[in-house]
Amino acid sequence: MPRVHIDVMPKDEILDPQGQAIERALPQLGFAGVRSVRVGKHFELDVDDTADLEERVRAMADSLLANSVIERFRYHVEP
Amino acid sequence: MRVGVVQFPGSCDDRDAAWAVRVLGAEPVVLWHGDAWLAGVDAVVLPGGFSYGDYLRSGALARFSPVMGSVGAFARRGGPVLGVCNGFQVLCEAGLLPGALTRNAGLRFVARDQSVRVEARCVWTAGIRPGTVLALPVKHGDGRYVHPEPDALATGGQVLARYCDPDGVVGTAGNPNGSVAAIAGVTNAAGNVAGLMPHPEHAVDPLLGSTDGRLLLGAVLAAVAA
Amino acid sequence: MTAPAAAPHGPALAGELGLTADEYERIVGTLGRAPSTAELATYSVMWSEHCSYKSSKRYLARLPTRGPHILVGPGENAGVVDVGGGTAVTFKIESHNHPSFVEPFQGAATGVGGIIRDILAMGARPVALLDPLRFGDPGDPRTRRLVDGVVRGIGHYGNSVGVATVGGELAFDASYGGNPLVNVLCLGVLPRTRLQLARAERAGDVAVLVGQRTGRDGIGGASVLASAEFGDAAADASKRPNVQVGDPFAGKSLIECCLQLYAEDLLSGIQDMGAAGIVCSTAEMASRAGLGMTVDLDAVPLREASMDAWEILCSESQERMLALVARDGVPRVLQVCARWGVDATPIGEVTDGGRLVFRYRGRVVHDVPAASLADGAPSCDRHVVDWVHPAAGQDAEAVPPPADVRAAALAVLSSPNVASARWVWEQYDSLVGHGTVVGPGGDAAVLRLADGLSHGEGGQAGEFRGVAVSTDGNGRWCALDPREGTKLAVAEAARNVACAGAAPVAATNCLNFGSPERPPVMGQFRDAVEGLAVACEALGTPVTGGNVSFYNQTGHTAVQPTPVVGVLGVVDDVRACPGPAFVAPGDALLMVGAPTRPGLGGSEYLQRVHGRVAGRPPRIDLDEERRLHGLLCAAAAGGVLRSAHDVAVGGLLATVVESCLPRELGARLVPEDGVAVHQWLFGESPTRVVCSAAPDAVPVLSALCDGHGVFHRRLGIVTAMPRVEAGGSLTLGLDEAGHAHRSGLSEALELT
Repeated sequence: MPRVHIDVMPKDEILDPQGQAIERALPQLGFAGVRSVRVGKHFELDVDDTADLEERVRAMADSLLANSVIERFRYHVEP
Repeated sequence: MRVGVVQFPGSCDDRDAAWAVRVLGAEPVVLWHGDAWLAGVDAVVLPGGFSYGDYLRSGALARFSPVMGSVGAFARRGGPVLGVCNGFQVLCEAGLLPGALTRNAGLRFVARDQSVRVEARCVWTAGIRPGTVLALPVKHGDGRYVHPEPDALATGGQVLARYCDPDGVVGTAGNPNGSVAAIAGVTNAAGNVAGLMPHPEHAVDPLLGSTDGRLLLGAVLAAVAA
Repeated sequence: MTAPAAAPHGPALAGELGLTADEYERIVGTLGRAPSTAELATYSVMWSEHCSYKSSKRYLARLPTRGPHILVGPGENAGVVDVGGGTAVTFKIESHNHPSFVEPFQGAATGVGGIIRDILAMGARPVALLDPLRFGDPGDPRTRRLVDGVVRGIGHYGNSVGVATVGGELAFDASYGGNPLVNVLCLGVLPRTRLQLARAERAGDVAVLVGQRTGRDGIGGASVLASAEFGDAAADASKRPNVQVGDPFAGKSLIECCLQLYAEDLLSGIQDMGAAGIVCSTAEMASRAGLGMTVDLDAVPLREASMDAWEILCSESQERMLALVARDGVPRVLQVCARWGVDATPIGEVTDGGRLVFRYRGRVVHDVPAASLADGAPSCDRHVVDWVHPAAGQDAEAVPPPADVRAAALAVLSSPNVASARWVWEQYDSLVGHGTVVGPGGDAAVLRLADGLSHGEGGQAGEFRGVAVSTDGNGRWCALDPREGTKLAVAEAARNVACAGAAPVAATNCLNFGSPERPPVMGQFRDAVEGLAVACEALGTPVTGGNVSFYNQTGHTAVQPTPVVGVLGVVDDVRACPGPAFVAPGDALLMVGAPTRPGLGGSEYLQRVHGRVAGRPPRIDLDEERRLHGLLCAAAAGGVLRSAHDVAVGGLLATVVESCLPRELGARLVPEDGVAVHQWLFGESPTRVVCSAAPDAVPVLSALCDGHGVFHRRLGIVTAMPRVEAGGSLTLGLDEAGHAHRSGLSEALELT
């Protein structure tokens, strides 16, 4: 059964308050040189192997896992 | 009698905690997160709120504040420290209390009046008989207490309070967030550091509701004064 | 200085930005040349309906705005009311309807954040939020998704920013299905001496941008998002990249930072950056003082490097304020902001001459009279026709009594418009700030302003001064008769406040309507504003500010005309405030205010039981109403009342059940002669309050009523047996009634 990895990230043009707060905290803890932090979600799904696998993954990500108004997603299938 | 109330960026109940301390007759001292000096206070309260927005994990960023190094040292010397709600989360992240606080089982913020049964005696519950049921408000999104060995915690006298129904019965019905063993608050092994999800500082004035919070906050004031 | 370069294809671009040909000509006339791209963008947002009130301002001029307690009326970020003891209260409602339909969570969250900053900008600490919400058919799965997202969004922002959510409203009607209403009222407290104004004081002061970096959030939101109807396709992709994201943590830091700036008296003016961001705040602050401003856009910290001037000017990035500072005060301002982790950047200065000049990348890209942007929008004389609801002429009072009174009672009690909204408010922090004497679930929220100790921000030691605040708006009544419906909304909001023993002193409003380009909608609007004016005058509650939200329309379906009215009341001692709950068995029940009058038109009963929206809303006598308010305040202050709860949507039975539930008491009611049982139990005629009083206090209460010229009649008695007995026609166990009332909302929405 293939395992699908899906990353959901805030769109680049959308403010990411969480990433921003971490970005500002890191130098205070002595971690210099971090230019930008964005925080997203990682999903791992074990999915039946069908011909339309990728199509189904895209549909799932588009309709549920990501909020297309503010987030984008990418995925890869581990055979 | 001076009680420090730590102010992190994003603390919300800091003014409430300071007010409650004053209502109980002690002097509140605001401790700024960026200062390592505790101003010679007799006890420290870490208030509720959303320090650093609760981004990443609740309490995860606040625990690196300069003030937390001093709070840690104060705690190791036996100084009384109470974390309420977000303060509880900060103390767990800082390793001053066992366990962790996670998303509520219902996945929603929960704000309601809650019955809580006092389980163990510690500096913060001195003078409250175990088994006493207190009415205290809860208001949190990340309040589900998690610990691998809740029974061992209880045996060691480190379970401060459990959620219950108004009759004192502990069960799923009275558990607002799915905490393991309905744990609402814990202490460290020495008993001087305590964490509570319910808000005693919001239960000190009859005009605003329950006054059971006076028992908890009053106990430590009496203990320190003695 | 060279003039900004003219925009290529100016007239066509103007059209795309929503400016009419006349408006374009007016801009050319004002400038004496063709406008630049940046200028076209700023005129288009500032002259949009959302920012300029061009369709509504001629009507709003009718509203009463002066009164003995009013320190600041409309025109500033929010109105300010003197509540005595050196303390002032500021409050205002705003809408975030369209953004909440596009993205419910972020739309609602940024709505909360935006109104909080309006209140903050007046010099106040924001202390309370109320959320009047309207959604479509509760059985529609889309409604459930919207309710869930909006409630989570309000909680996310309000809880994290540390402002208590103390009340609100929740109502459903199919007309809101494609266009929910998300209104937010915020209330703040300040020492009178700390009042801040959103106007420049003198040339030479430095404009400091305080808060978040500027990104492409909500670009064009003011003109596109808020001022155009949605297409029939529910999810219009072209509107999507513009969603603003709220950051309550940044909002909280901004609150504490600004309060320190005020405490140190460092600012000469401050304004929130809401719709139309930098251009709106600079244009309004300059023009209010007859001054100008010159701003260097290269100094604005950006989240994305490649932004054009017009994008920077119109961005609606959240959690930003524009502060004006005397030059020698700038270093200290930057220091205070740094302490709170809030970015602060000097971006320009106040100038003489009234020009609003923006430079970018070495060139002047914008140079126009500030006043032409802020106040120059041509007033829009929309075509108006009288609105007549097709069913308003029907005789709603003629419906026969129900065959099964119990079934009707349970249907009304479990209606999602009547049932408890506990599911909603249990997701909100209503306690933070330790001022919430009465939180969600009462007629009005009651707040203690001082904290009874000496270190509070809002008063003296031992003070128990407080305010009560309530919102109301009945879209069904307003659809049937906008003028009468709006009068009733003002009266009910004021009555709610008076039930808590507080004297109503001021009003705010959010007028939610369909497209102003449709003449019947303008007819509704005209009539509603007239009703608002009449009622606010009669009840002594001048309008201190508010918001007009047009274009609440999907395709040809407009929302019910929904003016939401917020009323503020002042009470000298919050310890004397009666609550809605019955207190003790044996207490006498009195109906105070007015007898039951015909009141089934537009009632919940008629819709829920008969499936009809018909008839005229009940008539109201505003003099009688005002006398009732005076009586309630006197009775509360005199300690005569054990409880007071007004008869509202659902009628008398719902009121009595709600008063019984908190302490699980019952009531035995004496029927009213000559009134049919369904009229008596479910009629919604106004100016009625169910009061309970200790038996020995009844003569005092009666005498007080007589003294105030207020109707009263014996209604019954509070009983220990938890059931409601309504003469011979109905006996309803409290468990049954309570179940209907508690579970009505979650069952209608199929919530878990």
